[in-house]
Amino acid sequence: MRFFFFHLMPYADLDPDYDRLHKSSWVTLPNAYYDPVKGADLYHRYLDELEYAAALGFEGVGVNEHHQNAYGLMPCPNVFAGMLARRMAPEAKICILGRALPVLANPLSIAEEYAVLDNVTRGRIIAGFVRGIGAEYHSLAVNPTESHGRFHEAHDLILAAWTRPGPFTWDGKYYHFPHVNLWPRAYQQPHPPVWIPSQGSRETIEFAADPSRRYVYLQTAAPAATLFRTMQSYRDEAGRHGYRASPDQLGWSIKIYVAETDAIARAEAKPHIESFANKFLRMPQEMLLPPGYTSPASMKALMLSRRTITGSHRTMEQMIEQGTFVCGAPRTVIDQLAEYQQRGGFNIVMAGLHFGTLPHALTMKNIEIFAKDVMPALRDALPPTEVARGAAAE
Amino acid sequence: MPDTAPAVTPREEFVTVTGCRTLVLRSGEGPPLLFLHGAGGGGAWQPWIARLARRHAVIAPELPGFGRSDTPEWFENIHDVAYFVLDLMEALDLRGAQVMGHSLGGWVAAEAAVRSVERMAGLTLIGPAGLHVRGVPKPDIFLMTPEEMARARFHDPDLVAAALAEVQDDAALDRALKNRFAAARLMWAPRGFDPHLEKWLHRITVPTLVVWGAQDAILPAEPYAAHWASLLPRATLRVLAPSGHSPQLEQADAFCDALESFIAGSTSR
Repeated sequence: MRFFFFHLMPYADLDPDYDRLHKSSWVTLPNAYYDPVKGADLYHRYLDELEYAAALGFEGVGVNEHHQNAYGLMPCPNVFAGMLARRMAPEAKICILGRALPVLANPLSIAEEYAVLDNVTRGRIIAGFVRGIGAEYHSLAVNPTESHGRFHEAHDLILAAWTRPGPFTWDGKYYHFPHVNLWPRAYQQPHPPVWIPSQGSRETIEFAADPSRRYVYLQTAAPAATLFRTMQSYRDEAGRHGYRASPDQLGWSIKIYVAETDAIARAEAKPHIESFANKFLRMPQEMLLPPGYTSPASMKALMLSRRTITGSHRTMEQMIEQGTFVCGAPRTVIDQLAEYQQRGGFNIVMAGLHFGTLPHALTMKNIEIFAKDVMPALRDALPPTEVARGAAAE
Repeated sequence: MPDTAPAVTPREEFVTVTGCRTLVLRSGEGPPLLFLHGAGGGGAWQPWIARLARRHAVIAPELPGFGRSDTPEWFENIHDVAYFVLDLMEALDLRGAQVMGHSLGGWVAAEAAVRSVERMAGLTLIGPAGLHVRGVPKPDIFLMTPEEMARARFHDPDLVAAALAEVQDDAALDRALKNRFAAARLMWAPRGFDPHLEKWLHRITVPTLVVWGAQDAILPAEPYAAHWASLLPRATLRVLAPSGHSPQLEQADAFCDALESFIAGSTSR
């Protein structure tokens, strides 16, 4: 099993009572709630946590992109990757998970930024591409009905910019460039590894598993049952194309808290994971699902199952039960991850070892116990050659 | 004039225009009156339309992307729909038509009219979208819950209550999702307006009636009603009260009276 430490960088000092006046911590939450002095301290603290994880032997660290919200303070993930590039342990990779292509004005500038990072790190970046969540389309005023079209074309343009000798002309539907000619070229050849984080839509799995891409598919924010289903869908999709998907093409992004005992872990994590679920993730359906963000069929299905993200109050116990949170003593966490790996067939774990309001000391302790007592026990763990379909169907 | 129109069921027919299979509701005899619905969609035959059908051949299409009409490949922006409306008028051979649009439909009607008024005798814009006055806040319709939307649309509490009590069956939910997609396609950014439309409104040389609900909470009558009237060469402005965003529903009789006298006045000239 391969381990990465993923940070969301929430505004942990958010007044928890904001929701008496405001529907969401996204898009329209007045930025008077943000105190730059506290925010500056948080940024430095969070970067310290990422650097600490890299020093303790994680394969890499992950940052991501969200706009105009208290949930994640990284509107510009490549800036964070840049800050980490020369400070981190030299073996550690930096995963940018990812750039939200459709909501950004110019995909060619994304190709450039990634290429710069790839050069400076001498090939230690992993390039993520996402569509952004629905709220991004409200925040950046980009038409969500063009989300899929822009994502695919921006992706194709970036890959072409990395791999085709320039200069060449790009004649797309959304993007037009008389001269595509990337300076610098990408360091990794033919191009940096591409990972696709997703909530699990059919379209995205098909896109990632396509034999011309074979991108790592990273399942985010989903119950275990969804995880097993999407992992199986990826393998099935690969099979349909006549190849066998490697466990290294599959990853799970999961919040984890590990402590000395189960009781200590649960007591320490509870208020903070519940703040994550109920305060930072709070979002009405209209914000989460703008028209066209998903197909009408998926939209209808998501509307009916919306409780998973926007519904009523969720407790830590429910999250552990659902498999959206792994919590306990090292033995508990090891067993749980091993079992999920057996049933899911993935080999990459994107561990969210900070969440919500979890304080610095507990975050550092979580990172340390995880690195010292959990990772070594699972370092050589691999999923079975054949993942039982029954497990996936459960 | 009291509304004594019998409840007439319109004819429903599909016509294919520019590759788009389009549902058209029709009823009545007389000079043609083409009605273009708003962002919530069409396909409904309301009493105020039935009244107008006593003196006019009323033609009410569901616009491309909406309801039971197709969503063609070319359906990408407001200009596509404006040209479609001109093609539709040609396909149905409408001449001397009164063209009337509500909200998004008013925007489409204005965009069509700046391109050609050849087949139009007059234009009626009911709380039209399409223009933007800098510095005037508008609510974000795409962030509204269904309940907030019902309260924003109507001034009359009974209409709000009726909208809230409406239960959507599966087919209605599918249509609502489709309409929402189509509305977003046309209106998301820039939000419900075309920055270039204002420059060309002087091309609308037919008489134009601008109707606004005084209590419109989606597009405020002040300053939008006067702004439109000032840019249209032959505009008549009527602000109806009390009414929200749909004066043709909330003040049906006053609306129909205003429209019929506008048509009578502009054709006798």
